[in-house]
Amino acid sequence: MVVQVKGQILDVRRAGSYYVMSLTAPGISENARPGHFVTLGIGGAETSMVLRRAFAIHQVQSRGVYGGTLDIVVSVHGKGTQWLVDRRRHDPIDIVGPLGRPFVLPKEAVSTVLVGGGYGSAPLFMLAEQLRERGCRVDVLLGAGTEEKLFGALELKRLASTLTITTDDGSLGHRGRVTDLLAGVMDSSDAAVVYACGPMAMLQRVAQIAASRQAYSQCAVEEAMACGIGVCMTCVLPVIGEDGVTRMLRSCTEGPVFRGDRVRWADIGTVPADTLGAPTGGGH
Amino acid sequence: MTRALISHAPLGDTSLPNVDMSTSLGGFHLPAPILTASGCAAAGRELDQFFDITTIGGIVTKSVMLNPRSGRATPRMAETPSGMLNSIGLQGPGIDRFLEHDLAWLEERGARVVVSIAGGTVDEFGKLAARLRTARSIGAIEVNISCPNVEDRGQVFACRAGTAAEVVNAVRRHSDPRMPLFAKLSPDVTDIVEITDAVVRAGATGVSVINTVLGMVIDTDTMRPHLAGVTGGLSGPAIRPVAVRCIWQIRQAFRDLPIIGMGGVRSGIDALELVLAGADAVSVGTAVFHDPSAPIRIQQELQRALGSRGFARFRDAVSFAHRPVDTRTEVDDEFDFITE
Repeated sequence: MVVQVKGQILDVRRAGSYYVMSLTAPGISENARPGHFVTLGIGGAETSMVLRRAFAIHQVQSRGVYGGTLDIVVSVHGKGTQWLVDRRRHDPIDIVGPLGRPFVLPKEAVSTVLVGGGYGSAPLFMLAEQLRERGCRVDVLLGAGTEEKLFGALELKRLASTLTITTDDGSLGHRGRVTDLLAGVMDSSDAAVVYACGPMAMLQRVAQIAASRQAYSQCAVEEAMACGIGVCMTCVLPVIGEDGVTRMLRSCTEGPVFRGDRVRWADIGTVPADTLGAPTGGGH
Repeated sequence: MTRALISHAPLGDTSLPNVDMSTSLGGFHLPAPILTASGCAAAGRELDQFFDITTIGGIVTKSVMLNPRSGRATPRMAETPSGMLNSIGLQGPGIDRFLEHDLAWLEERGARVVVSIAGGTVDEFGKLAARLRTARSIGAIEVNISCPNVEDRGQVFACRAGTAAEVVNAVRRHSDPRMPLFAKLSPDVTDIVEITDAVVRAGATGVSVINTVLGMVIDTDTMRPHLAGVTGGLSGPAIRPVAVRCIWQIRQAFRDLPIIGMGGVRSGIDALELVLAGADAVSVGTAVFHDPSAPIRIQQELQRALGSRGFARFRDAVSFAHRPVDTRTEVDDEFDFITE
């Protein structure tokens, strides 16, 4: 169940290029599953920033001194995220969640590979814990531009059978992209499912590599959203349905996690001509 | 779906003053004057998670077209100072699925409904009106005439009196004669009163003002238009003064015309401003993206704002800013002030 609650900032701390924020979120953290996200109202009641900001749920504690709390990872991109990381302990924050469709977990204890690009690794921690509880083998690949832009390598090392790190500049781990090494990691663990969160180009490649090895892929996308609850229709991407028909689906309510083989990655940012209701020649 | 408990906007708030909030839109009775705005509430289901949608005046559904429609490519949205720009391209399921899926749900839920329709041709508007004729649960139809006319180089119907009237006339002819029709007007015209006059002559019961203001954002990193559709509709608090001006001008010209006001309302005080200018009901749009419980919150804030100004009935506040100026009193006040 989705709820809107008045939470509180508990903590804001640096993590490389990012910030980890802990919030009280009663009624949200208890129901959060890996891949769910929350939206935060920013800037206060009279703000000039009218849109909420969406964040993957990184960690939850359903009980404790503060009741339910959750952590998010923030990368400062603009005025909204800057406002957020400037909050102090006990500042109020309007939170809506848990939102979206979470990662689907395997029924059997299969081998899995988790791939995170940049702070896209944020939702993979809860996922890794739950996969481990089910007896799944978990191997993790983390990639980023530089060492500072990697998130959570130490903690994930604890949860994973193997941890592979890549950076574009070679400042940590292998120089290159996570997708350069994914096939090898999958083959050595005989992976049946790949979970990924990160930039679209990375997700596209992950989906291709998984398909080439007859593995499932579960990809969490990051699309620009206005509402996060399914009404504004801004966060759409072309996805093939069970009936073989392509539709423009909302990443907030029909995602953010999609089956990698269903998303038309190369067509993101367009409306493919065979999409249901696509514009026909001459019209608008 | 079960509803959430909203900690900061308790429902059934006992501190609300005793104000009769009922209003009427050309025979469509509403127990309260706050509606959602078309395109900002889908068909009500998502918002019903946050507040009981039967407690506000009603739901104005996202504009529906005859056939399923994919909408435009992304990016479809840009945040702007106190507003946002959107270029969705009327993505939607088409009238058949809307009737059996969305309207059926609203009916079962017991919500009051205004159905917004959009077409690329005059004929499409007429066909949509005919399809809605058998639907019993519709309180009013809002005609979204801010669509490009495919038969006229994509010129927007709303921008010329002639084409605006043609659309309204087609909808009127195919609708139940008693069905209230509201033409949703674009502010991007030289004389909004002239357009209002044309749609009223063509059979509109009233008008919805305003639709979004055409705008554009250029991404200064890529140095190209930010939206895939290049231009988009500006909404949010940034356009509220434009809405107030349009409502005021129309009210000055049409004393009794039902007006649904909308444009940048995010508080009860904002809603009151549109009401004072002449709105018989107020739609809440972009504010929902900031606060999904905004419609009920704004309705309660409006009730408080009316109570604290001594209004016993919402209706008494409609167009109140148009009352004749009592020159003597105001001059006296000024004298008092100066002599002190």
